[in-house]
Amino acid sequence: MIEFRDIYKIYNEGEAENEVRAVDGISFFIGRGEFVGIVGASGSGKSTCMNIIGCLDVPTRGQYLLNGTDVSTMSEKQLAHVRNRELGFVFQQYNLIPKLTILENVELPLLYKGIGQSERRELSFRALEKVGLADRVKKYPAQLSGGQQQRASIARALAGNPPVILADEPTGALDSKTGRDILEFIKKLNEEDGTTIVLITHDPSIAEECPRVLKIHDGKIIDDIRKQDIK
Amino acid sequence: MSITQSFMLAVKSLAASKMRAFLTMLGIVIGVAAVIALVSLMNGMSSLIVSSFEDMGMNNIMVSFTPRGGNREIKPEDMQKFCDDREDLYFGMTPTLNIMGATVKQGTVNSNTSSVVGVSELYDEINGKAVEQGTFLTYVDVENRMRNCVIGTYVRDYFFDGDAIGKTIKINGYPFCVTGVLEESAGGEQSSADDTILIPYTVASKIAFTRVSNYTVAAKDNEHVEEAKKELQKYLFNELGDEDMYTIITMQEAANIVDDILGKMSMVLVGIAGISLLVGGIGIMNIMLVSVTERTREIGIRKALGATPWDILSQFVVEAITTSAIGGVVGIFFGVFLARMLGNMVGLRAVISASAILISVSVSAGIGIAFGYFPAKKAAKLNPIDALRYD
Ligand SMILES: Nc1ncnc2c1ncn2[C@@H]1O[C@H](COP(=O)(O)OP(=O)(O)OP(=O)(O)O)[C@@H](O)[C@H]1O
Ligand SMILES: [Mg+2]
Repeated sequence: MIEFRDIYKIYNEGEAENEVRAVDGISFFIGRGEFVGIVGASGSGKSTCMNIIGCLDVPTRGQYLLNGTDVSTMSEKQLAHVRNRELGFVFQQYNLIPKLTILENVELPLLYKGIGQSERRELSFRALEKVGLADRVKKYPAQLSGGQQQRASIARALAGNPPVILADEPTGALDSKTGRDILEFIKKLNEEDGTTIVLITHDPSIAEECPRVLKIHDGKIIDDIRKQDIK
Repeated sequence: MSITQSFMLAVKSLAASKMRAFLTMLGIVIGVAAVIALVSLMNGMSSLIVSSFEDMGMNNIMVSFTPRGGNREIKPEDMQKFCDDREDLYFGMTPTLNIMGATVKQGTVNSNTSSVVGVSELYDEINGKAVEQGTFLTYVDVENRMRNCVIGTYVRDYFFDGDAIGKTIKINGYPFCVTGVLEESAGGEQSSADDTILIPYTVASKIAFTRVSNYTVAAKDNEHVEEAKKELQKYLFNELGDEDMYTIITMQEAANIVDDILGKMSMVLVGIAGISLLVGGIGIMNIMLVSVTERTREIGIRKALGATPWDILSQFVVEAITTSAIGGVVGIFFGVFLARMLGNMVGLRAVISASAILISVSVSAGIGIAFGYFPAKKAAKLNPIDALRYD
């Protein structure tokens, strides 16, 4: 369902010294229900890849097919639609809106989906319950710990029940215990609801848990490991 | 996302920065209030002027002669005869002969602000005046050149304690007997219409050594004013043979001219007040631009969560409209209050017009849309990843 065909993302192309090939010709296919970890050194192009998958960024060259449709042919409005219904994004820096309460933050994607007030409340509350924040719904992001904020942002990503969740180092800023909790939660999502997961991580122990791992180096895939292959 | 949701979002975001929202609104409040107050006061002023014209008699036609030294002239008797011959058209006429720089004396007390005017016995009816004490000048007074006079309330109070009828005052040295006191019409102020002495024009012409050159001719009624004017014109032209020797203007024409001038003046004032509305609008645009820049990251997050460009656009436009609409409503109340207060201070009855309210409100809402649109468009066009990376 997520397919990259020879994708490039080149900054300052043509300026000999300044040119950065953040993504340098990547192709892969991720099927429905897969759990894929992306690993690689800092600056290797993982986030750039993820942003392209999340339709937040556009590749310089190459084709990105989402559910068989070339994303580059979509209008701004259609892209907004895809980001709203097909994808749930979990950012490394949480990216909660500080002026809104946790509940209101989680409601946002549902708001843009056009869901009415009471149902929105209900769904958001349930999503927050799942991540164990039911008692913090009225709080503002600044009143929560990092781990709680990250859980809130996961609740926001899954509130609309999207088929794909993209997580860019969701545990990067957390201690290993909290990070583990969050990973367990994501794994459960994949196993129980069949949600497709793409997860960027630096942590080898987390990468260990992923059934499939893509290794990126200097904007290229250098390894594509499937655990099942080993078994 | 629906408009109601956009509206709730806007209210929330305005509530989050109350001081800023208030200051932004202030520009619109002042602009709207200024437009409403000015228009209302101008309306009050013009209705005051129109009504005082009406008091003066809307059937009147003013004639004045320019001294040319020609051998033909029109005497008061001629004017009188002309009016008498056409009773179907004319009610009557009165000369008005202003004695310039007259000195008025009573015993040892002097007044040099009083205007002394020679008139006929019809003056009171033609100009809608009446005496509150005694009698007005009579035909006999005029015909026999009696030194009788009718005085305004200021003159009475200035010279006499209480009753003035039968007392004597001296004008340019000649003694006059007070036969009547006019009803007060201008608050009894010095140099106002109440600071007047009316004497028979025949006497006035004699003691001032001047001929009558101004007349007020009254048409029989409102419908006959135009015809009366034409006939009069014809007569004067036949007699004098030179259009430059006289001017004729009806009270209605004079009122129209004044009305026209007032209208233009109020346009200018409203234009000036409109500039403050414009400045208010630019204030909104400025704040919206700051707000868009400040919230770039928020816009990025919203876009990443599925906000369409339209969602973002409407969020900011609605915010701008809400700001200016609230400012507009507050401005209306403030403007009405201001108009009333200033009106009371200068003794004018402010006339609040619905059109002024309608115009300023639609202008302020329009400003919200126009000046909110560009910053909002800018926000809507932001690339999600750039917006998310913005610090
Ligand atoms: N806007 C930009 N302009 C120029 N170069 C950029 C820009 N954005 C990213 N890069 C470069 O692209 C490369 C890949 O960046 P990316 O953020 O994808 O790395 P990453 O693998 O996510 O690293 P990390 O693990 O530290 O998050 C980096 O060398 C970075 O400097
Ligand atoms: Mg990264």
